[in-house]
Amino acid sequence: MATKKFMYLNRRSSFGTVYAIESLEVVLIAAAFEQDVSLAFMDDGVYQIVEGQETDGIGMKNFSKTFHALGDYDINKLYVSKESLEERGLSESDLMPLVYEDEDDDWEEKPSVKVVTNDELKAIMSEQDVCLSF
Amino acid sequence: MAQICGAEVDEEGFLVDLKDWNEDICKQMAQDDDVDLTDEHWDVINFLREYFEEYQIAPAVRVLTKAIAKRMGKDKGNSKYLYSLFPYGPGKQGCRFAGLPKPTGCI
Repeated sequence: MATKKFMYLNRRSSFGTVYAIESLEVVLIAAAFEQDVSLAFMDDGVYQIVEGQETDGIGMKNFSKTFHALGDYDINKLYVSKESLEERGLSESDLMPLVYEDEDDDWEEKPSVKVVTNDELKAIMSEQDVCLSF
Repeated sequence: MAQICGAEVDEEGFLVDLKDWNEDICKQMAQDDDVDLTDEHWDVINFLREYFEEYQIAPAVRVLTKAIAKRMGKDKGNSKYLYSLFPYGPGKQGCRFAGLPKPTGCI
């Protein structure tokens, strides 16, 4: 099967709707088919990977922990909109330190998250075969 | 709905409420599947429970194999070994014994 480039675009915050958790489920399923998968976070979607989420009070599963497993699934391209972070008073240091182990570099841990401008994100999107928006 | 040791399970035998899990349920599930639980089984079951606690998902077999290889060595981190322990699949059967949901993407 030929590999296609899939991008999952996340534009809504973690809880309140099912979009974020459903997106993550689909991403994990796609990973099983060994496609080239990347994720993008913009608008309120940037909240999905903010560090220190606590769900006890709302009685929901804290699936933000699952983002740490993405490296194991060979998903290591997480693009975050610089403008969306800034509009919300956030910076890269507010995000979870998501990493992956680089098989080609003696399993060294490397960051998976990359903050990019909307123009850069646009260019990355135009390289994709499939772009799914959540 | 079917029950094992008083805990509800779904039509495929997975626990409905993951908090119900205990070792007796695990042993009963194994007995029903004609599996004799050994220390090697428990190593994998405990690993699956720790993985779920940390990441909130049941790992795909590929990911489980890789993670076990890293933790316990290559002689255990391969699908032949894991299938010898869990003939119905380390993902499907192993996760069920460990009280985890069915792995995402597992058909």
